[in-house]
Amino acid sequence: MSGWLSQVIDQDYLLQARQMQALSFAVHIPLVCFGMALPTLILFLEWRAMRTGQEVYRTLARRWSRILVALFAVGVVTGTVLSFEMGLLWPQFVGTFGSVFGLGFAIEGFSFFVEAIFIGVYVYGWDRLSPRWHFASGIPIVLTGVTGSFMVITVNAWMNNPSGFRLQNGQVVDVDPVRALFANPFLWHEFVHMYIAAFMVTGFLIAGCYAVSMLRGRTTPYHRVALAVPLTAASVAAPAQIVVGDWAARTVGEQQPVKLAALEGLGATTSGAPVHLLGWYVDGEVRYGIEIPRLLSLLAYHDPDSTVRGLLSFPPEDLPPVNVVRIAFQTMVGIGSALALLAVIFLYIRIRAHRLPASRWFYRAVVLAGPAAVVALIAGWVTTEVGRQPWVVYGVMRTNEAVTAASGIPIGYAVLAAIYLGVVVGVGWILHRLAIRPLPADPPPRELVEEGVP
Amino acid sequence: MTVLQVLPMVAVLVGLVLYTVLANADLGTGVWQLTAGSGERAHQVRAHIYRAIGPIWEANHVWLIFVLTVLWTAYPQAFASLASTLVVPLFIAGIGIVLRGTAYALHGATNGPGDHPEVDLVFALSSLITPFALGAAVGAVASGRVPAGPVPGDIITSWLGPTSLLVGVLAVAGGAFLAAVQLAAEAARLGEVEMAERFRLRALLSGVVAGIVAIAGAFVVSVDAPALAHGLLDGAGRSAVVVSAVAGVATLVLVWTRRAHAARFVAAVAVAALVAGWALAQGPTLLPGLTVQQAAAPYNTLLAVTVSIVAGAVIVGPSLALLFGLVLGGRMDRPVDVPETAVPARPPRDRRMLGRGAVGLFVAGAVLVVFASGAVLMTVGLLLVLVAVVAGFVAVGPADLGLDTDDGTGSGTLFT
Repeated sequence: MSGWLSQVIDQDYLLQARQMQALSFAVHIPLVCFGMALPTLILFLEWRAMRTGQEVYRTLARRWSRILVALFAVGVVTGTVLSFEMGLLWPQFVGTFGSVFGLGFAIEGFSFFVEAIFIGVYVYGWDRLSPRWHFASGIPIVLTGVTGSFMVITVNAWMNNPSGFRLQNGQVVDVDPVRALFANPFLWHEFVHMYIAAFMVTGFLIAGCYAVSMLRGRTTPYHRVALAVPLTAASVAAPAQIVVGDWAARTVGEQQPVKLAALEGLGATTSGAPVHLLGWYVDGEVRYGIEIPRLLSLLAYHDPDSTVRGLLSFPPEDLPPVNVVRIAFQTMVGIGSALALLAVIFLYIRIRAHRLPASRWFYRAVVLAGPAAVVALIAGWVTTEVGRQPWVVYGVMRTNEAVTAASGIPIGYAVLAAIYLGVVVGVGWILHRLAIRPLPADPPPRELVEEGVP
Repeated sequence: MTVLQVLPMVAVLVGLVLYTVLANADLGTGVWQLTAGSGERAHQVRAHIYRAIGPIWEANHVWLIFVLTVLWTAYPQAFASLASTLVVPLFIAGIGIVLRGTAYALHGATNGPGDHPEVDLVFALSSLITPFALGAAVGAVASGRVPAGPVPGDIITSWLGPTSLLVGVLAVAGGAFLAAVQLAAEAARLGEVEMAERFRLRALLSGVVAGIVAIAGAFVVSVDAPALAHGLLDGAGRSAVVVSAVAGVATLVLVWTRRAHAARFVAAVAVAALVAGWALAQGPTLLPGLTVQQAAAPYNTLLAVTVSIVAGAVIVGPSLALLFGLVLGGRMDRPVDVPETAVPARPPRDRRMLGRGAVGLFVAGAVLVVFASGAVLMTVGLLLVLVAVVAGFVAVGPADLGLDTDDGTGSGTLFT
C-alpha cells in the first residue's frame, strides 16, 4: 500500500476535474453563507417580536425561516456531492492525507447533524412550541452554523499551510490531526473572513430583494424592517471585512509568498514594490495597469521600501496561473471596497437622520450589491484556491498527484454542470415563489396544516 | 488488532444501519409516489408522504455524510480505493441525492402535490436511483470486486455483478417496505384509518417482494460470492442472518395485525442484523488483500476520531431524541394556542452614544489589527472590531422605522 505519493497520475482532464470541483463549490458556498448568517438574523427578528409585541417582526422571521429550510435542503445535497467528490476526483489526496485532515470533516458532520435536527424543530415548531422554547430551539442552529463552517475551514487552512505530520516513503507518519487542524495561523483569518463574508452576502442579497419592492413603491413598515435589518447587518460587516482582509493578505505574504506575488503580479523581486490596478500580467510584469508606487511594500510589510519577493524567483513549475488569481483578487477587493462605501453611507444616514436613505439611486445600488457580494465571495475563494495551485497540499502534494485515474471526467463534468444549472434555476424559482406569497398575516399556509411542509 | 482500529468501523456500520433504516425509508417513498396514479386518492397519498417525511427529512440524510467522513478519516486508503473503483455508482448516487433534495425544496414552494407533477416525478425517480446505486456499490464491496491499492478495478463491471444487482434491488424493495410501514404507522397515529389501511396493504406487498428477493439473494450470493455466502450461511454471520430473517417475518406479522408502530422498530432490527451479518461474514477483510487493521489510520487519528464520535453522540443523541419525540409525540401536528402576553411599551432609547462608541471601537481595533505586532495585541484589535460590529448593529437597530405610526398602507413617503 506504499508509494501512493509522488506519482503523477496519467489524467488528461486534470483541468476539467478542477473546474468540476470549483463549480461544485461555487454552487454550494453561497448556500453556506445563508446557513451561517440567516439564522442569526431570524433569531434577532424573533427576539424583537418577543420584546416589542410587534407582529411585523414575527411575520418576517417566519417567512425567512421558510427560505432558510429551502436553502438548507439544497445545501445538504450540494454538500453531500462535495464529500463524494473528495474521493471521486481526488482519491490519492484523501488516501494519503485523510488521517491528517479527515477529522475536520468528521466533526463538521456532527455539527451539520445538530443543525439539521434543530432546523427541523425550529421551522416546523412555529405555533407548536411555546415562544420561549421556539426561540431557544433556534440557538443551536446559529451555533452549529458557526462550528460547521469553522471545521471546513480548518481543513482548507491546513491545505494552504500543512502541518501535523511527516512524510516517510510516501506515507504520512507522526500524524497529529489536532495540531494539523487547530494550531494553524491560517485558520483564524480564513474563518473570520468567511464568517463576515456570510453576513455580507446574506444581508445584501435579502436587502436587495426588498429594495426592488421599495423601488416599486411598496414601503410599508414590513418592507422597511425587511430591508433595514439585513442591510444593517451587511453594513456593519463590510467595513470590518476590509480590516480582516488586510490581516489575511499579510499572513499570506508571510506564509505563501508566491501567492502574494501572484495577487499583485509582481515579477522581479522588488524593493519598494508597487501595486497595479487592473492590467494584465505577461512576461514578468503587469502591462496596461495603473501603478501606485511602493504601495505593496507598504501594505505587506508596513515599510514603503521593504523588499517583496517576485514570481520570477520561484521555479516556474511552482507558479499558479497568475492572471486568474490576480483578476479574482482585484475583483474581490474592488467589490468589497464599493460595498463598504455603500455600507458607510447607509449607516451614516441611519444613525444621524434616523430614517432610511431617500434616494432612488441608493436602492438601485442595494439591488446590485447582493449579486456583487456573491461575485466577491466566489472571487475570494478563487484567489485562495487557484492561488494554491499547483499544489493540493501546499508544498507537499501536487494536484496532478492527487487526481483520479478514472476516465470519463468530461462526462461527469457535463452532467454535473447541467444538473447544477437546473438547481440554480430551481432555487431562484423557490425564492420567487416564497417572495410572492401574500402578506401581511401569513397564516400557516395550507400545506403546513395539511401536510406539515414548510 | 487493537480496539481503536475497529471502533470507527463499528461506528461506520452503525451509521450505515441508521442511514438504511431512516434515509432509505425516506427514499422508499419514491416507489409509492411513482405508483400513486392520478386523481383525488393519489393526491391524498402524495400529500401524506410529503407530510410524513417533513421535519425529519434533513437529519436522515446526514448519516451518509457521517459514514463517508469517518471512513476517509479512519480508513483513508480503503476509502480512496472505494472511490477510485466505484466512481460511477457513487456519482449516480450523488446526482440522485442532489435531484431529490432540490425536488424536495421545490415541493416546499409549490401549492402541494399535483401542482407541479414534474417536481413529484423527479422526486420519485431520484428516490429510486439513489438506493439502487448505493446498494450496487455495497454489493461490489461484498463480492470482492473492489481491489485495494492505487490501481482501480473495472469502473463498469465492478458494480454490475450479480451481487451488486441483488443488493441494489434489495435496497429499493426494502426501502419501499420500510417506507410503507412508516407511512402506515404515521397515518395510524394521526387517526387516518383509511390511509393506514392503504399503506398496510402496500407494506405487506412490498414486504413479501423484499423477502423473496432476499431468499433468491442467498442463491445469487452462493454462486457469485462463495466466500461471503460461506460467512453468512455457515460461519460467523449465520446467527445474525437468522435474527434478520425472524425480525423480517415478525415485521410482516405486526403489519398484518395492524401494529405498524411496533413494526417499524422490529424492521430496524432486521436491517441492523443483516448489516451485522455482512460485517461478521466479511471481517476482518475490508477489501481483498486489505484488512480493517491494515487500512486503519495512525493511532493519534483513531483516538481523535473515536473521541469525536463519542462527543458527537453525546450531543446528537439527545437532539435526535428530542426531534423524534416531538414528531412522534404529535407536538408538530397542529398549532397550540399561545396566550397573548401584553408587552409593556418601552420608551425609545437614544442610541447615538452607542453609535459613536462603535465607531471609536472600530477605529481603535482597526489600528491594532493593521499595525500591532504580536499575537496578543492583534487579537485584542480583532475582538474590538467584532465588538464594534455588534454595537453598530444594535445602535442602528430597526426600532425607529415608524412601526407605531404607520397606517400600513405604504403611502410612498420614503422618497424625496
